[in-house]
Amino acid sequence: MSNGKSIIVDTSRCTGCRGCQVACKQWNGLPASPTTQTGTYQNPPDFNGCTYKVVRFADGRGADGKPYWYFVSDMCRHCVEPPCLAGSSVEGGMIHDEATGAVVYTARSKDDDFETAQSVCPYNVPRKNEETGVMVKCTMCIDRISNGMVPACVQSCPTGAMVFGDRDEILAEVQRRVAELKKTHPKAQAVDADSVRVIFIVTDDPERYHTHLKA
Amino acid sequence: MTNHWIDIQHSDCILIQGSNAAENHPISFKWVMRAKDKGATVIHVDPRFTRTSARCSLYAPLRSGTDIAFLGGMINYIIENDKFFKDYVVNYTNAPLLVDEGFGFKDGLFSGFDPKKRKYDKTTWAYQKNADGTFKRDKSLKDRHCVFQLLKKHYSRYDMKTVSAVTGTPVEDLKKVYEAFSATGRPDKAGTIMYALGQTHHTVAVQNIRCFGIIQLLLGNIGVCGGGINALRGEPNVQGSTDHALLSYNLPGYLPAPRVGHGSFEKYLKTVARTTGEPDSLNWQSNYNKYAVSLMRAFFPDAPKETGYGFDWLPKLDDGQDASVLPLFDEMYKGTIKGFSCFGQNPACSIPNSNKVRAALQKLEWMVHFNIFDNETASFWKQPGVDPRKVGTEVFLLPAAAAVEKEGSQANSGRWMQWKYAAAKAPGDCLSAGDVIYRIQMKLKELYKKEGGVFPEPVLGVFTDMVDGKGRYDAEKVARLINGVFTRDVTINNVAYKKGECVPGFALLQADGSTACGNWICSGSFTRDGQNLMKRRGKKDPTGLGLYPEWSYSWPANRRVIYNRASVDPHGKPWNPKRALVEWKDGKWVGDVVDGAPPPLAEKGGKLPFIMRPEGVGCLFGPGLADGPFPEHYEPVESPFEKHPFSRQRNTPLLRLYESDKDVYASASAKFPLVMTTYSCTEHWCTGALTRWQSWLSEAQPGAYVELSEELARERGLKNGDKIRVVSARGSVEAVAMVTPRITPFQCGDKKVHLVGMTFNYGWMTPGGDSANLLTPTCGDSNSMTPEYKAFMVNIEKIA
Repeated sequence: MSNGKSIIVDTSRCTGCRGCQVACKQWNGLPASPTTQTGTYQNPPDFNGCTYKVVRFADGRGADGKPYWYFVSDMCRHCVEPPCLAGSSVEGGMIHDEATGAVVYTARSKDDDFETAQSVCPYNVPRKNEETGVMVKCTMCIDRISNGMVPACVQSCPTGAMVFGDRDEILAEVQRRVAELKKTHPKAQAVDADSVRVIFIVTDDPERYHTHLKA
Repeated sequence: MTNHWIDIQHSDCILIQGSNAAENHPISFKWVMRAKDKGATVIHVDPRFTRTSARCSLYAPLRSGTDIAFLGGMINYIIENDKFFKDYVVNYTNAPLLVDEGFGFKDGLFSGFDPKKRKYDKTTWAYQKNADGTFKRDKSLKDRHCVFQLLKKHYSRYDMKTVSAVTGTPVEDLKKVYEAFSATGRPDKAGTIMYALGQTHHTVAVQNIRCFGIIQLLLGNIGVCGGGINALRGEPNVQGSTDHALLSYNLPGYLPAPRVGHGSFEKYLKTVARTTGEPDSLNWQSNYNKYAVSLMRAFFPDAPKETGYGFDWLPKLDDGQDASVLPLFDEMYKGTIKGFSCFGQNPACSIPNSNKVRAALQKLEWMVHFNIFDNETASFWKQPGVDPRKVGTEVFLLPAAAAVEKEGSQANSGRWMQWKYAAAKAPGDCLSAGDVIYRIQMKLKELYKKEGGVFPEPVLGVFTDMVDGKGRYDAEKVARLINGVFTRDVTINNVAYKKGECVPGFALLQADGSTACGNWICSGSFTRDGQNLMKRRGKKDPTGLGLYPEWSYSWPANRRVIYNRASVDPHGKPWNPKRALVEWKDGKWVGDVVDGAPPPLAEKGGKLPFIMRPEGVGCLFGPGLADGPFPEHYEPVESPFEKHPFSRQRNTPLLRLYESDKDVYASASAKFPLVMTTYSCTEHWCTGALTRWQSWLSEAQPGAYVELSEELARERGLKNGDKIRVVSARGSVEAVAMVTPRITPFQCGDKKVHLVGMTFNYGWMTPGGDSANLLTPTCGDSNSMTPEYKAFMVNIEKIA
């Protein structure tokens, strides 16, 4: 197989506008989940049966006492060697698309072992649709990317924080961006770049962004 | 915008102040990030650390309502440290002009103030003139009456220590911002300013923007690529609606609205067509009589000349009358206004002091509400606490077509008039605003014809040629009239034009009645043979600067950057050859459509660059405004300070306060110790009247929240997520406390000031809370009447 596809999520360019979160719902025809204001911009609070993409917000104060606000457009990492797939026991419940590398859960996954899938995922991504019992998460917009389009979230991004392309080119771009960012942010890094297809670029310690940002 | 969206990428330094661009204009950050990639410094000055601040190179906090102090400090810094662009300032601004020797400033007031009338007599704000009518100048800028020296003296009071004590911005942050932005005062650098309602929602709104004008003129940043003053406009077509006289004091194309004192049409024309004693000034406003006559010809195609082509039929404002929204709802509350047509708005949530607005609506005999959804205004008669049986108002709800269901032009912030097509058919009985107005007009005409009435001429005479063969509103037909058409066969400069042909540009509009034009600034958007240039989608970029002259049509005259004559030296050579917008080359202009055809200043027949000013130059000294020729810091109507921190005049001197029982103000009061500011979030739009029905958006921002600092939370024993009540002198609203390090208390001298903030995106009709405008005061700017939504005083209390 070719080297497949990859996505950059460059948090240094993200404005937290949540265009991606809404675009994901729109393309996938997903309903809104009931939410309430609890004292945060982050809503829905996490992935759920009808939310495959969620922008996480983390604020605090840096060593200089100045405020920071980090945004993570969180989604399935589409691991190069997906542990969820390894733990799957239902034929055709989870598919690893050869051409793109996308990991897609199918309707058959309702008979698969959800507990296992969730526990083996280092990023806490898989969820279950409460009504159908089917396991759900980001599909890398397999239907779009198989037809020459970019994923809906990438399409919506106004600042170039999200980029989709061939993995080899994406890896080179990740390297270029991190080198550039290191000049001003010594902690800049690409998170788990070798093992995932959705690569987050951060400028600070990954745990300051989100507990499950790094494996 | 003086410039346009794409141009932001060329800036060396971007100052975002009074705008949360990343949240409220997300696409703007495409261009901001490109500038940043090329090494630009991006600065955010704001009371809150927002999603915009998160992407900026520098963030400086300021107490809401103190922008003039902050920017006055920058003006002082630029002058004291010799950072201004001297050739530009001497040649292209009014810095060398001498002002009347009687002009002065004392105790917070400029000369000529009449405290009884709360008005300035502006006699001493005039320029000194030579015997031949030209302005007296001192190009060395040393005369103590020259604008430059007056400016220097005025802002010498704005030293960093004083500014910091007012704004609460740490001196080190002031210094960083001033240094970074004033570094653009060189020919090879450009700095731009992006602002929005954070500047304009104040009682000193216009003077806030004037500060930008002064700074950008001092630094030579007006008219240049990557520079300018860029207002990020609100809804997709708010630029277009303003161009077409959204505001009560304008006619289309920013002609002044007629007032009783204008008298006859001849006198009105004399007032609007400005004269100048300056021979080098092109003084484009001298053409305004042509635009006014052509406008009347468009409004009333058959009006006799003796009626001023219908001018006599237009309603007139009283002299000094303010007919903006604040007096409108004040009069409605008094019961003087009986009927109200509300098109696409939600004043029950959007206008300050919502309790007053909601009470005022109940005094109406009738209301017509035209919208795509029901909202708090349309349903005021069943709002909480109101018994519908006791409301006598008859309410008509007309279903509207949404923006995407209508064809027409849409002007973006960069003045691009882009034609759009209906993407879908409007459902059911929903109609476009054009169709509704047409039907109402035709019905009125019919009734006047049948029944007669007092003063029928305006109704019978107004143009109605706006529909297609099937009687449907035809936007392109109206756009042609807005562009302008010849009303008879004429020959101009040896070219013969036929009746009915489109006027190919405003330079051909006439004062003799031979042209009809609905809005002179749009003239040129059609070619003579009727080709609609707003439909263009050409991608040629001859300058390489992203001007795209064949994409849509940019008013005026397809010019992409206005004031671009100021981007070259007096010989026409670009100040910055690497980003040359225009250039005088071999006896002609090349590049962008230049601001006025004559040669550059130093050439034979050359003209000054600021063609829209009678002076021909940019105005550091602005005698045209009601409340002072230089911006001066005044406290918001409600502020934590009993006295002005460094003068004797606490509030803007022309301030009008309202006197109804609902108009209560509380400043420097122990009951309301917290500064509050209001705003919008990315996920909702305005009062949320459109977005709250959209489940994915309400999922992301489900309810009202109040952002407050960790320090204030500690003082009040509040935790993140607690339910609280916010109370002002006028009302209260419930919301969730969002305790955040992104808000920091302000150290203003020896006083610590807390600030809280809330969006105005909610209303009682949907879950999530009610409008923040239940709290805001009824008071506005002295020039524009824009309400002071952004700075007032409240308290908060925990709901047990």
